[in-house]
Amino acid sequence: MAIHEVTFPVTDPAEILKLRAGDEVIVQGHILGIRDRTQIRIFDQGIEPPMDLSGAFLLHTAPNVRKVGPGRYEKICIGTTTSARMVRFTEGLGSQYGVRAICGKGGFPDEAIEPMHRLGMVYFAIVGGAAALETTQIEEIEEVAWEELMPECLWKFRVKDFGPLIVGIDAHGGSLYRDVQDRAKAKLEELYARL
Amino acid sequence: MTTITTTDLAQSVEDAAAHLYVWALKDIPQDLRDALAAARDRETSVTGIRILETIHRNVEIADEQKNLVCQDTGIAVYYCRVGEHFPLHPARIYDALKSGTSRATVEHPLRSNTVHTLTRENTGPNVGYRVPIVHWDFVPDWDGLDVKCVPKGSGSENMTFLKMLVPADGVAGIKRFVLESIVDAGGKPCPPGIVGIGLGGSADYAMHLAKEAIARPVGSRNSDPLVAQLEDELYALLNETGIGPMGLGGDVTVLQCHIEHADTHMTLNPVAVNYQCWAARRASAHIAADGTTDFDREF
Repeated sequence: MAIHEVTFPVTDPAEILKLRAGDEVIVQGHILGIRDRTQIRIFDQGIEPPMDLSGAFLLHTAPNVRKVGPGRYEKICIGTTTSARMVRFTEGLGSQYGVRAICGKGGFPDEAIEPMHRLGMVYFAIVGGAAALETTQIEEIEEVAWEELMPECLWKFRVKDFGPLIVGIDAHGGSLYRDVQDRAKAKLEELYARL
Repeated sequence: MTTITTTDLAQSVEDAAAHLYVWALKDIPQDLRDALAAARDRETSVTGIRILETIHRNVEIADEQKNLVCQDTGIAVYYCRVGEHFPLHPARIYDALKSGTSRATVEHPLRSNTVHTLTRENTGPNVGYRVPIVHWDFVPDWDGLDVKCVPKGSGSENMTFLKMLVPADGVAGIKRFVLESIVDAGGKPCPPGIVGIGLGGSADYAMHLAKEAIARPVGSRNSDPLVAQLEDELYALLNETGIGPMGLGGDVTVLQCHIEHADTHMTLNPVAVNYQCWAARRASAHIAADGTTDFDREF
């Protein structure tokens, strides 16, 4: 298990290709917050996102914030939601917008493995529920778009030492979730035999 | 333990709800902290240890900064034990719990999660039609009120399962269904958490019991020795699946397994599984007939 530091947005695909399922990653730079309704608007309603997603790191989130002025928000508590609900957007995010990393909790189902492999993307697992820590790693909310979707807006955060993240699915067809599930299903057969 | 004295009983209940909701979100109970520490001590996978250490660090930061442990302020669920002689009717208790939830959400402020189930439009400060959700229990020969607040996150609530087994499936069938459910849930409910199981009754009541089970003190055991034994057996079996912290593999898949049961029809064998994430938030208050309120974790 290697430990890496990656700064987003990335311009060099090698930054993504060096990561392998099971590796630990700390992220610097800028990340974008996105959730169900944000992606429904982009893909189901066909509305172009007003931020550049190329090379981006997307975080599945809906933060607790305090409004401090027009379009200006202060963080209260920012954490991460379950990713599996949003897996169907993976292909479009990679092929149409050049997104390089999606981060959430709970993992992506196996249908994400092939597009992530083909498009050079990774899925990062964060420690779900660890929002107090995550909030300290988000230095500032720099931009927000689609405020009417509050809290499921499109957010731009500046982060420092964001993590630890675990590479759940890599750009080489590897998935820690698939491996764990395969082993668990084999184990279940053994446990059922003992019942 | 904090004590508040007031003469307006509805106000006492509202104040208790407002306090409990925020307290539960920021400060997880000691029994849960102990269970998480024990989990960290027995985990052997490198990733699993890293995750459990991060959880520990997160709880410490929430304590230091008085921040929420998890950003999901949940759907507010209350468990009330109302004494026969408590001088405020449950209809008024409900209104007070609702006002308290709403007030805490606005004053803190907290993220508001409650939406209309079809339009998905936000209905306001974590209250709405039939929200908050309240479980009621009534106690004879008593004039007090116990209120427990459990803000229930959606990541774990989405991992809820019900199966109407047949009597011939027996206890082995129950174990099999629980194992299958927790493996299917994988990392989605933020493991390692508390598996709540409701057995018997009817379909709806089994689920109600599963929800009671997740809110019990962590590691408590059912008073029926046969059911308590099943809690121990399932706890051990679930931790053999290897799902591990956050579903990334490891020794600790669940912190605890709690079962609540009811007698049932001779042809029924309902099993309900409700998951509670590692951030199993829970806070309670005892309100006396004169409005005196004690906050603790006793129930």
